[in-house]
Amino acid sequence: MTPTTPTTPTTQDTQTPDKTPAPIVRISDAPTAQGRFGRFGGSYIPETLVAACTQLKEVYKSIQRDERFWEELRDLQTYYTGRPTALYLAARLTANARARASHGHGATILLKREDLAHTGAHKINNTLGQALLTKKMGKRRIIAETGAGQHGVASATAAAHFGLECDVYMGSEDARRQRLNVTRMKMLGANVIEVDSGSRTLKDATNEAMRDWMDSVEHTHYIIGSVVGPHPFPMIVRDFQSVIGQEAKAQCLRHIGKLPEAIVACVGGGSNAAGIFYSFIDDEHVRLIGVEAGGTAIEPGKHAAPLTHGEPGILHGSLSYVLQDKDGQTSDVHSCSAGLDYPGVGPEHAYWKESSRVRYTSCSDDEALDAFLHLARAEGIIPALETAHAIAEGIRLAIEMREDEHVLINCSGRGDKDVEEAARLLKARESD
Amino acid sequence: MTRIETIFRDARQQGRRLIMPFVCAGHTKPDTLVHFLPALQHAGAGVVEIGLPFSDPIADGPVIAAAMHDALERGTTPEQVFNQVAQVRASLDIGLVAMVSVSIVYRAGGPDGFAAQAAQAGFDGVIYPDAPFEEADDLLAAAREAGMTASLLISPTTPAARAEAIAKACSGFVYLLARTGITGERSDAPDVAGRVAALRKATDTPIACGFGISTPEHVRAVVQHADAAIVGSALVKRMSQAEADGQDAVEAAVAFVRELVQAAAEVSKPEPDTGNEPVTESD
Repeated sequence: MTPTTPTTPTTQDTQTPDKTPAPIVRISDAPTAQGRFGRFGGSYIPETLVAACTQLKEVYKSIQRDERFWEELRDLQTYYTGRPTALYLAARLTANARARASHGHGATILLKREDLAHTGAHKINNTLGQALLTKKMGKRRIIAETGAGQHGVASATAAAHFGLECDVYMGSEDARRQRLNVTRMKMLGANVIEVDSGSRTLKDATNEAMRDWMDSVEHTHYIIGSVVGPHPFPMIVRDFQSVIGQEAKAQCLRHIGKLPEAIVACVGGGSNAAGIFYSFIDDEHVRLIGVEAGGTAIEPGKHAAPLTHGEPGILHGSLSYVLQDKDGQTSDVHSCSAGLDYPGVGPEHAYWKESSRVRYTSCSDDEALDAFLHLARAEGIIPALETAHAIAEGIRLAIEMREDEHVLINCSGRGDKDVEEAARLLKARESD
Repeated sequence: MTRIETIFRDARQQGRRLIMPFVCAGHTKPDTLVHFLPALQHAGAGVVEIGLPFSDPIADGPVIAAAMHDALERGTTPEQVFNQVAQVRASLDIGLVAMVSVSIVYRAGGPDGFAAQAAQAGFDGVIYPDAPFEEADDLLAAAREAGMTASLLISPTTPAARAEAIAKACSGFVYLLARTGITGERSDAPDVAGRVAALRKATDTPIACGFGISTPEHVRAVVQHADAAIVGSALVKRMSQAEADGQDAVEAAVAFVRELVQAAAEVSKPEPDTGNEPVTESD
């Protein structure tokens, strides 16, 4: 793919004039009422789930002007999640990047500390919002799928807070890689259902959660953990996650007096990226970069980068970029990070890619591992392996950018869950 | 009039109810269909629903999902399915309907490309299990354009007005889900009387009922009201079991289909309770 040419604005906050006439519809206006982000998105689901998605759409519409709903959510974010999360100037990471940059280069690196949110990742932003919706709909049970276990933990946490029943589907391979989070979910009172079908990872957990929902829609809400799935999920999850970007924007204006020149986030399903990008989508001079899991190689089965290496296709209810074979069968994927180990991506990212608003790239397992250690040792922050992908690309960008510029990296989650797996991978690498 | 329409019209006129077995292409043997389709016709099936295997069939329970994975592991592709159908089509009178995920349709040339290939191979109709009404315009039009019928699903969770609209959009037959949830065997007989009666008021299109119809007793319960009973998991499971026991999967399936056909034959009224005049041929 061709990277978008970075635009250099003269003053920040002015809309950069484009060669093409200004679009009547802003990119941030998506989706349509039918859930379309450009040609992507939609709602490809069995009829049994249509009623549930319709109900969700209606309830979500009804709370738009319900001040009490948003007040309750804001209170939860403040007193329970610990928002706003910090905007942190990573001085030693910046210094290290500058040391590798040519003269006058080496941008300042800022971290949006979603790892400091309660439960250790941005996932809680979505689960609290959707759990509140669950209460609104009068349902008593939630289900969730999880890869790295962060969404599972965040769902179990929201369920405990609201007194809801909670079942979490998790691929057995992921459960092995993320044992700590399995234990946390159980401690929180959730039931963890390990999925042994298919590749035993996130895709299969998602299948099972959808199958559960087919038979439990009356009393159960399915809290999808990312900006994927049928309409209205991609929109709802993005909206609940967009608090990240709203805060970051205000924090940047307050602390550095301008918007950052670039924002970097890792992309699996794409919820943390959508959350931080969305508030900046119409600020065309801010470069947005999504980082997918490059795995070990570009051959099929060795990465999890649908936007970088995939093609449009339908998976889990929406049209987006997917990793499929020529017949539409889902391909195997690989990433060192369980949270990125998914063959699809949110439809809004596909739209942002095709409209060239966001540049998508990937970084390898090795680069992510290096960044994981680098951040831990330079700043005393152990990031999630997912997040480490964004850190790696953020550092790479900072080295190329000018010294007076700023790059904001979404530090989407903390890495406690990953330390054992990272240690195993580092050891394996040493003995190679 | 398409073959599917003719089959249902004749059955109604003769007071017969149809058994629609579901078979997953490529399950148990790479060329299952070549042997299976003639045997099913012989056993008395009216229309056969042929599932194109998909890696992530979210509406399917463990039995059909495993059959699909089995078929994919032996490399089953839509192209092979088309070839096998083409090979036996000319020798058969039964209706052949493809059950296919939109994920596959999208890759196999989109709605038009897929429908053209399916019709060319000899399919008489298509069922789109994961395309709700709102996303189905192109799919329905493409099937009709190719001379096939197109069926969408109606669920117990579908509100009445929506069910009517879906039924009107379907051609050939309406696929009425006997239950919520995924495909799979159940112990209790489904109660579809009310929903069938409501649909009859809105449409003349025949109603085929599926999901969780596992026994001759379930078939009897369903065809009291509906024009046809679709049996999937219970049949697929017998095939898998026979294969595991070193027996002939096709034989096992055929024996079961005979039982189901017999059960359907026990429920024979001059007309199903359509509440309407018999469908008359228009051409």
